[in-house]
Amino acid sequence: MNWTIAIPEIVLAVSGMVILMFGVLSRRDPSLPCNMLVLGALLVTALLVIATPDGHAYGGLFVVDAFSRFVKILILVGAGIALMLSLDYNRHEGLARFEFPLLILFSVVGMMVMVSAANLMTLFLGLELQLISLYVAAAFNRDSLRSSEAALKYFVLGSLATGLLLYGISLVYGFAGSTSFAALGAALRAPGGVSPGLVVGVVFVIAGLVFEVSAVPFHMWTPDVYEGAPTPVTTFIGAAPKVAGMALLLRTMATPFGQLSMDWRLLIELVSIGSMVLGALAAISQTNFKRLMAYSSIGHMGYALIGLAAGTENGLRGTLIYLVVYVFMFLGMFAGIIAMRRRGRAFEQISDLSGLARTDPGLALAFAVFLFSMAGIPPLSGFFGKLYVFLAAVQAGMWILAVIGVLTSVVGAYYYLNIVRAMYMNAPAAPIDRRTPMVSFVAAATGLFTTFFFLFSGPIVAAAQTAAQVLFG
Amino acid sequence: MNAAGFPVLSLITFLPLVGGAVILSIRGDEETVASNARWAALWTSLIVFLLSLVLWAKFNPSDPGFQFVENVSWMPEYGLNYTLGVDGISVLFVLLSTALTPLCILASWEIIKRQVREYMLAFLILETMMVGTFSSLDFIIFYIFFEGTLIPMYLIIGIWGGPRRIYSAFKFFLYTLAGSVLLLLAILAIWFQTGTMNIPTLLSTRLPVTMQVWLFLGFLASFAVKLPMWPVHTWLPDAHVEAPTAGSVMLAGVLLKFGGYGLLRFSVPMLPVASSTLAPLMFALGVMAVIYTSFVALAQEDMKKLIAYSSVAHMGIVTIGVFTFNVQGVQGALFQMISHGVVSAALFLCVGVLYDRMHTHVIARFGGLVYRMPFYALILMFFTLASVGLPGTSGFVGEILVMIGALQVNFWLALLLGTGMILSVGYMLYLYRRVIFGTIVHADLKGILDLSPREVAVFAPLVVLVLWMGIHPSSFTSFWAASVQHIVHQHIAEVSHMHLAGMLPR
Repeated sequence: MNWTIAIPEIVLAVSGMVILMFGVLSRRDPSLPCNMLVLGALLVTALLVIATPDGHAYGGLFVVDAFSRFVKILILVGAGIALMLSLDYNRHEGLARFEFPLLILFSVVGMMVMVSAANLMTLFLGLELQLISLYVAAAFNRDSLRSSEAALKYFVLGSLATGLLLYGISLVYGFAGSTSFAALGAALRAPGGVSPGLVVGVVFVIAGLVFEVSAVPFHMWTPDVYEGAPTPVTTFIGAAPKVAGMALLLRTMATPFGQLSMDWRLLIELVSIGSMVLGALAAISQTNFKRLMAYSSIGHMGYALIGLAAGTENGLRGTLIYLVVYVFMFLGMFAGIIAMRRRGRAFEQISDLSGLARTDPGLALAFAVFLFSMAGIPPLSGFFGKLYVFLAAVQAGMWILAVIGVLTSVVGAYYYLNIVRAMYMNAPAAPIDRRTPMVSFVAAATGLFTTFFFLFSGPIVAAAQTAAQVLFG
Repeated sequence: MNAAGFPVLSLITFLPLVGGAVILSIRGDEETVASNARWAALWTSLIVFLLSLVLWAKFNPSDPGFQFVENVSWMPEYGLNYTLGVDGISVLFVLLSTALTPLCILASWEIIKRQVREYMLAFLILETMMVGTFSSLDFIIFYIFFEGTLIPMYLIIGIWGGPRRIYSAFKFFLYTLAGSVLLLLAILAIWFQTGTMNIPTLLSTRLPVTMQVWLFLGFLASFAVKLPMWPVHTWLPDAHVEAPTAGSVMLAGVLLKFGGYGLLRFSVPMLPVASSTLAPLMFALGVMAVIYTSFVALAQEDMKKLIAYSSVAHMGIVTIGVFTFNVQGVQGALFQMISHGVVSAALFLCVGVLYDRMHTHVIARFGGLVYRMPFYALILMFFTLASVGLPGTSGFVGEILVMIGALQVNFWLALLLGTGMILSVGYMLYLYRRVIFGTIVHADLKGILDLSPREVAVFAPLVVLVLWMGIHPSSFTSFWAASVQHIVHQHIAEVSHMHLAGMLPR
């Protein structure tokens, strides 16, 4: 019994409960100390993640390897930055309650369990823990109609997707006789072929997981939730859960269902094409920045899925690199969106950014960096993300996917440029409020990461390579 | 270590960014920032230019290979290295970029009044990207620099441009990007096929014949837009009309050369079979560009648009020269590119002189300028004649060499090419007559001033350069003679090898 490899998750969950008790029992306003304690807990967990050795535990339910470590670190970083950004916003909007960081924390616990799942049941438990925390977080601004509506939509559609996933799992269990990844892999390798029922089950599992990463055709919740939820929640939902969901998809498809790759690759390819096309076209007419980012993130998930569709080690490496790049671009962009505030009131329309380059050149520069990077223009990091997934697609001979991918990236460039235009080429509107130091810090840090990614991409690529190797090991 | 004894190419490439950082760190009120930014940008670009003269001095013309090579391991496990180097084909383009940048900064000294800091920054970043494009010897690094030019150029057109600047900036960006991403796929296919991105290695690698046509089309998608070739040239007139003067100079002077450079550096040597199979198509596109755009130019009402169309025609000549696959044709194409880089830059600066004074470049708003601006009339006459290829100017050498090359390929090709050249005389002189001669009909022209000393300082080096190239062309052709010889011989050898192998019909 090698339970110690789950120590990061255990520590995070226990500290979550302790902080909760502290928050409840504290006499004075506990929100700031709770935030700091949660940030500390995330940091400690990250260190523990690095320190834990590889292995299986709990009768094969739980696995730790280079892949899970890579993804967990990325999730923790994403959650930490999102939490930092939430501090000032929540205080401004009167949302500074100590439950908020704890919801984030429990959601992170769920994600870490998902990433380490070696069994469909563990996978499901982690997923539910993550989603339920997020449903509550989306409704956090409970006096706001938009926030409640967003949470309700998220909940209803999320439950539907979870139902599909469970149905798929039960079909897989019924036809293969196990829910363990290792046993499933062995069952699929057995001579005599695979029963059609199992394939149907896998399709349902994919459907459930695709909801997680909000790819077409399970993307419908994304724009409404992104727009309606409080901005820090959107910041969080758009980064870490995407990583976790994508990681889950990679592990599930590559490890137990790797034998069926001929069956699911076409499906993933269609999902990827659909997401890229929808992300590119639907975003063009958006005027709300958060809603536009929702469509943009659908498109980005389409690009990340190219790597999975290629179904090779290089493909998975490409997806992982894309996720790293995406998380930092996305968080940086939302640092800017959180700073969009005029005379104390937050605004979300792109047209409100008019002439930002004149009134706040630093913020405009940061926005421009993230926008050009998302459009995939070198030498910014977004280009390298696309480079590695397209390389995988070319290697796998998926020319249609690659050509559609690059062409949609040109269409996508249009709406990113449109925002640059608003900031740099339109007449200045009234100046925005002073940025808080935390927003400036996050925007600068992620901006530097995005700009100078090419300088230190070597170690990141190597880590992604090691992580991808595990799944094909 | 390279011939210079120090990493000269890296210095030339990245020094502008250092200057940019200095400009970013300037503090103070808007006037101080603007003035300091101008001087910092000018000094940076002048130092870079002086440094690039090292290339001129130390370049060994008898060596057809790459010189001043620098190599730093970047991601060795994927065959990616940071490799810079120049050969006879690229060295003069590097010099062209470094020479035009200070002129551009000088030309925008007074006319750019708002966001000067950002303007100068954009030009310095653009210089880095341009030099990097011409000197990178790794395909991915090349692509990074090549695409990287889009960001500063988009901002230059979009922020400091004319009334329709936003439409033009978007058109420029999206057109170019659409071509370039297909180039990226072709590059990735080569990477996958050969496992290396090192350009010197790839130049001597034989790619499968079945792949070559597809790769050629991928390359062409990007280079044809950049060059620009008919029918994907429509972004250019818009971009030129709206761009500020210096932006037009950079666009016509250097960015268009990316297309011709790309064809000559990558398409022809790496894909010899596809190049010779598709050469007739390229000739057709080239002839179309020369003749069609010449007629279009005749009908233009806007000076910048007219010169933009003349650029398309000149680049058509370059296309034909590159695909003749003989020494004269290729040399002529190179000469034409360098010459056009100088002459079209000068013509746009000439238009800029009028625009600075009258804030328009509509031809009908001028006329009779010779009475008020005799010196300007002389300068414009000089560059107009250089553009149409008067013997003694740089334009002549390029055109005559391409003509000789084309004659060796096909008489009719040469005839059509010559027709286009004659038409070019028509539209350029027609432009000159309408702007300079006649009587002054517009009252506001009566007070127009002749060239200022600053403007003379901008034009003087260009005049010298044009005459030098026209009178003593061999001091330029000697740079690339060996490299061109090498490319042509290699091409002929490759193609005859394929004939022998029965892969191509005779």
